[in-house]
Amino acid sequence: MSVAAQKGSLYLTADVLVIGGGPAGTWAALTAAAKGAKVVLADKGYCGSSGATAPSGTGVWYVNPDKKLREDAKASRFELGGRLAEDRWMNRVLDRTYENMNRLGVAGYPFPLDEHGNQHRRSLQGPEYMRLMRKLVKKAGVKILDHSPVLELLADSHGVAGAAGVQTQTGETWSVQAGAVVIATGGCAFLSKALGCNVLTGDGYLFAAEAGAALSGMEFSNAYAICPTFSSVTKTAYYNYASFYYEDGSVVEGAGSKRGRSVIARNLLAGRQVFAKLDGAPEDLQPLLRVAQTNFFLPFDRLGINPFKDAFPVTLRLEGTVRGTGGIRITDESCGTGVPGLYAAGDAATRELICGGFTGGGSHNAAWAMSSGSFAGEGAADYALSLGRHAEDRTPSGLSSSSLVEQQVKPGTAARTAELVSAVQAEVKPYDINLFRTEKGLTSSLDRLGGLWKEQRNTEIQRTPEGVKAREVQAMTATARWMYSSALARTETRGMHKREDYLKIDEQQHHRLISGGLDDVWVKREEVAKESVLL
Amino acid sequence: MIEVLSADSCISCNQCVAVCPTNVFDRVEDGIPVIARQSDCQTCFMCELYCPVDALYVDPDAEAVSGVTEAELQERGLLGGYREKVGWGRGRQPVAGHDFMYQLSRRAGF
Repeated sequence: MSVAAQKGSLYLTADVLVIGGGPAGTWAALTAAAKGAKVVLADKGYCGSSGATAPSGTGVWYVNPDKKLREDAKASRFELGGRLAEDRWMNRVLDRTYENMNRLGVAGYPFPLDEHGNQHRRSLQGPEYMRLMRKLVKKAGVKILDHSPVLELLADSHGVAGAAGVQTQTGETWSVQAGAVVIATGGCAFLSKALGCNVLTGDGYLFAAEAGAALSGMEFSNAYAICPTFSSVTKTAYYNYASFYYEDGSVVEGAGSKRGRSVIARNLLAGRQVFAKLDGAPEDLQPLLRVAQTNFFLPFDRLGINPFKDAFPVTLRLEGTVRGTGGIRITDESCGTGVPGLYAAGDAATRELICGGFTGGGSHNAAWAMSSGSFAGEGAADYALSLGRHAEDRTPSGLSSSSLVEQQVKPGTAARTAELVSAVQAEVKPYDINLFRTEKGLTSSLDRLGGLWKEQRNTEIQRTPEGVKAREVQAMTATARWMYSSALARTETRGMHKREDYLKIDEQQHHRLISGGLDDVWVKREEVAKESVLL
Repeated sequence: MIEVLSADSCISCNQCVAVCPTNVFDRVEDGIPVIARQSDCQTCFMCELYCPVDALYVDPDAEAVSGVTEAELQERGLLGGYREKVGWGRGRQPVAGHDFMYQLSRRAGF
């Protein structure tokens, strides 16, 4: 902490640095730039193709500002989420999502037209959406650094003041000194190859925790998507039309997309392969389904399978917190984290504020990304611009919990990182640890994860592309520890969090769980704002 | 995973090198890019979508290499299929604005 951070080979200054170039990051960059801030956006991959949104289509929680429609929209998932959402936040997000979607229509997003020729703004196609966002961000004068993962945040006694990383295509180091930083790095899917998710390794959680911020709702982190065994496409909406079968063609009783995923998981655990067939989709609907989610059909078309008629083997692929709701704790309306100069948005931040402990699909996540991104971008710009001239005189230090060094990569580093990835995955992927949680399973897993953390904590990490992978697995390890520590503390079943030893919801536990810490992980209760009780 | 980069079709624009989120390709001086880190491929199909000449093929299997060849793909007409469906490329309409999107939203709520 005492040594001032080295400036990278590429050194830039900005008012706001946005980390992550998915929907939340691009909205943050746009809104910060609109306030007059000088903005740099650094993406681990490529702003426009990176993350869970770009390769997918998604519904959006876009509801006309009609009192009845809005009340129904808010109530629809309130119970499913374990009544942990907050009315005030749902209102803000519905308002901002409505505004932003309308902006997208004006900016050239090709929404389909209704019978009156008006744009129908209810969903977004990821490739189109993110290509447009990149264009808008560039037009706003934002400097984009592609293939530029962050290795650590920079800070001084006043707060967070930038970040440093490495450019994976050149191997050169970079750093940006900034008045404020927005973390929009997505959730953590533990390199499970869920569609577009392998850049989402919980990096932002680790950076935030190293800066002293807390996490919230990390027990809501056990999302699994139904997915063909031969594919990465984790789009689950169409499984509403599916029936599930065993190999002999008999029906898997109770299996389903919405409430019957556990039945599928128990069969897979018992070594019985489950097959799906979308035989509940009416024939005249099938062409519409094919157009609306082109990538859903891509694997089937390539293998010559007709999913409406042919049974195909399925698995449950871990989506972790990407479709969970836990993330960095938000402490104010501008998506601040409680650490001066540090903001969080999108899947990197907790989504409990609008959907409690369950999302049930992409539309809330998409709405949260564009809204929280906007709140964070505006908040970060205001904060950075309020710092005035003094910002330039700061000499921040790096915050990484493992020492980052400039030396050459030692032989065997990549192999050791791969082993660590497998070791963490062995704790978070199994349904009998993460989906069906018990005190015994969580405790013994935490013990092993603690050992993995300790080992990594004492290892030097190089400022190289290999070092980025080492930091990723460190972030995954820390994420798993916050997840399971929170899951252990919530001795009930609420939202997506399932405890085999506490099968029911416990009214005494109608609170949030915040967590944090690196060497010593802690979990605390936090009251849910009173006005969250709608009913 | 990414399996085929057609040397015959590739025009060395290096779009795939730029857009791949997990940095699977390497640029080659005076040549076409190479698939340098195949096992890092997350099977997101974005490189195919951005390739202006349909020179790339991502096999749906995210875990294992299928070994499919360019000749087989050409015979089955699979190169460029995703880009066509998404409606990217000259003379095409983006699928995002397709009337079926609206119809499906009305009928099924998606």
